[in-house]
Amino acid sequence: MAEAHVVGIDLGTTNSLVAYMEGSKPVVIPGVDGSNLVPSVVALDPLPAGGGRPTVTVGNSARKVLIETPERVIYSVKRLMGRGLEEVKKELQFFQFRLADDIEEGEVPRIQLGELRFTPPEISAYILRQLKRNAERFFGAPVKQAVITVPAYFNDAQRQATKDAGRMAGLDVLRLVNEPTAAALAYGLDRTQAETIAVYDLGGGTFDISILKLQDGIFEVQSTNGDTHLGGDDIDNLLVAIALDEIRAGHGIDLAAHHDAVQALRKAAIDAKIRLSTEQSARFDFELPDGSRYQREIPRTVFESVIAPVLARTAGPCKQAMADAGITADKIDEVVLVGGSSRIPAVRKLVDDLFHLSARGKKPHTELNPDEVVALGAAVQADILDGASAATEEMLLLDVTPLSLGIEALGGTVARIIQRNSTIPASATEFFTTGVDGQTNVAIHVLQGERELATDCRSLARFDLKGIPPMSAGLPRIEVKFLIDADGILHVSAREQRSGKAAEIEVKPTYGLTDEQVESMILDSFDHAEDDFSKRLLIETRNEAETILTAVERAPQNPAWNNLSAEEQLTIKAAKDKLITVKQSENTQAIAEATVALDTATRRFAELMMDAAVSSAIRGKTMNEAGEELSEPVTAPHEFAPAEFK
Amino acid sequence: MLKVLDSAVPIACWSCSIGHNDFTLFCPHCSKIQPPPGGDYFSVFGLQPRLNLDLAALEQEFHRLSRKLHPDRFARAGEHEKEWSLADTALINDAYRTLKDPLRRTEYLLRLVGADSGEKAVGAARKDVSRVPADLLEEVFELNMQIEEARQAKQAGDHDAESQASLEEAQQKFVALLDAVDSDLRVSWTVWDNGDEAARKAEQKKMVALLDRRRYLSNLVRDIKEVLGE
Repeated sequence: MAEAHVVGIDLGTTNSLVAYMEGSKPVVIPGVDGSNLVPSVVALDPLPAGGGRPTVTVGNSARKVLIETPERVIYSVKRLMGRGLEEVKKELQFFQFRLADDIEEGEVPRIQLGELRFTPPEISAYILRQLKRNAERFFGAPVKQAVITVPAYFNDAQRQATKDAGRMAGLDVLRLVNEPTAAALAYGLDRTQAETIAVYDLGGGTFDISILKLQDGIFEVQSTNGDTHLGGDDIDNLLVAIALDEIRAGHGIDLAAHHDAVQALRKAAIDAKIRLSTEQSARFDFELPDGSRYQREIPRTVFESVIAPVLARTAGPCKQAMADAGITADKIDEVVLVGGSSRIPAVRKLVDDLFHLSARGKKPHTELNPDEVVALGAAVQADILDGASAATEEMLLLDVTPLSLGIEALGGTVARIIQRNSTIPASATEFFTTGVDGQTNVAIHVLQGERELATDCRSLARFDLKGIPPMSAGLPRIEVKFLIDADGILHVSAREQRSGKAAEIEVKPTYGLTDEQVESMILDSFDHAEDDFSKRLLIETRNEAETILTAVERAPQNPAWNNLSAEEQLTIKAAKDKLITVKQSENTQAIAEATVALDTATRRFAELMMDAAVSSAIRGKTMNEAGEELSEPVTAPHEFAPAEFK
Repeated sequence: MLKVLDSAVPIACWSCSIGHNDFTLFCPHCSKIQPPPGGDYFSVFGLQPRLNLDLAALEQEFHRLSRKLHPDRFARAGEHEKEWSLADTALINDAYRTLKDPLRRTEYLLRLVGADSGEKAVGAARKDVSRVPADLLEEVFELNMQIEEARQAKQAGDHDAESQASLEEAQQKFVALLDAVDSDLRVSWTVWDNGDEAARKAEQKKMVALLDRRRYLSNLVRDIKEVLGE
């Protein structure tokens, strides 16, 4: 084993995970609360009275703030990564967050969080830093290098934004791996015979389909397709919209105006959705602000007809991917299901039909937890890059670029220079010249997408070739090399052939941060390697112990406390006393263990408290009465995803 | 297209300083990775320019080289080796993508021998210039009218079963013509592969014409498919 671990990170819309290779097996690293999933929720704590940097909370503990002070919390930030101002504005119709009011055209949009403003990569960096810390606590050693997964259909700007986030979190991002490909790696560990597999990945916010050929440890992606705006969120939005309509019609209450009530309604909708994956019917029972109840039985058949249009949108990309790979459904040997939404029976039925599975006596692969499989695959890729392990010595991933690369030609059309589904790294060389005598600059507009017109494709960047020796029009011959690297990110270099001079290129990325901006956003300096790591770990662990102890001290004041049995109260007290004693020691490991023990002991209390909080929120009260921060186990995916208001 | 950094290729290995010919991805003496070599896509895989290729052997060689060159294998290497691994892998990927596809391979070879159907326009201004094949002039004229009518009818929401049937018939016919072009091309490959200089020259002309015809036909088939809603 190498002295430093390279970890694999699944930076998800709803939940994020970190995993590593334990010998020849990838395993997920749990957080201090024992949960494998870290909700992708970031909260800004109140600013310290004496000034200084504010504390940022990530994960389960940040979710509590969502109900108390929604203006200090952000979730689903993955949807905003690498996007321009107009796109973000469109997204924000469905979110409660606000854009900063001083954004200028062409700038990376910033989100107002309490008193401060953050770009989407900065928010993601906080999530990554939390995962990094979880891994460091687990190993008892610093973690500096990582592989991070992205949806296969992410474009250049979204990939760059993800890489920037890694750098801000103090991580050297060795590789970005496509999520469906990572899933194939997680499944493909023991395979040796040649076969073709399809990975169908329906997550919280994105859909990907990838077709791969596996042969002697080489995972060669044949084609990929998808939709970066299709997932479980869309199903939740439909259920919430129906409930809002029915509540308006049946009770005369317009719930859409009550953000907190919509959040609670959304949670109920997600619960119903999850139950419908195993049961034939689910009951919606929801207390309204006026004390009356909205009750409704949802049979699975009704649920399935409601979500059919959403699921149908995954069929087109699947067919396109098969066509691009030059194969038919019958040639696909295995299908792997990934993403929380792939648990829905109707999704499985659709996949079965699309790939003729049961007709051929086959079943899709669901053995690995669909919420964890991508992180496990990222850990496998991390191990491949580490290069020191026999388990992955023979494995190699050859991925493709999901979108064609083109340059804007005369008349606003697009000349394609690298086709979609080309194996990466891929390159193309083009020659440019001048149109006017003595011209010393040439502008090139690079685009990504499949449409014929530049305005319909996504603008990647404008390159300005400078310093061309003055010559007659048409005489200079500027060789421009476009290279898409193994992360799917574009690099450009240029040379004037007649003079042999390297042309100077000025790049204006259409969406994205400059190097200097990223540098200035690197999270607090105490994360740097030269600091005394174990000392920092001890302080952090003590702080966490302190937080939970404060909360438990106040617990008896909470009405929910009385609902616990005397025995449960005693168990909590014993765990609390143990932690108070251990906290004085220098033993980081023991403090962490005692913290987990106390957290586990108080789990039922936390649930009782959260239940009380949710119903009191609906009655218009605040969470302040409900008690202090305690984590609860994650049960639902995308618990706090946005509602769609029409 | 192919003159990638040709003047930058060192004759001596950067690592062991022993000279080597510049068409190699690895130093024959110390096995260290080298900057992208000059030479054509065929030479990357140790092949002579040929149109009939053993695709299974090509894939095997592609996989063998990928295992050695891919950036994944150089994650802990020095900056230069990382850079060369990226450039070399891009080169073998570009080469493999071009050679494994029969049409791209044919176009590439014709360009390599200087027989492509006309100088590519410089910069972004290039366009697929395809002429109507003379023997199809009349038929194509009629078909284009039909496609246009069907497009308008589709926009207006009309459905004309008769025009649909006639378009389907046309589609079948033009797909058959495409297949004919493909089999003509395959014959030409063998002639070119086995021919002397003069025979090759004659065959190159033929193939340029066949590719032009193919491009035209496939655009036509695409248009029919589109209007038929396939």
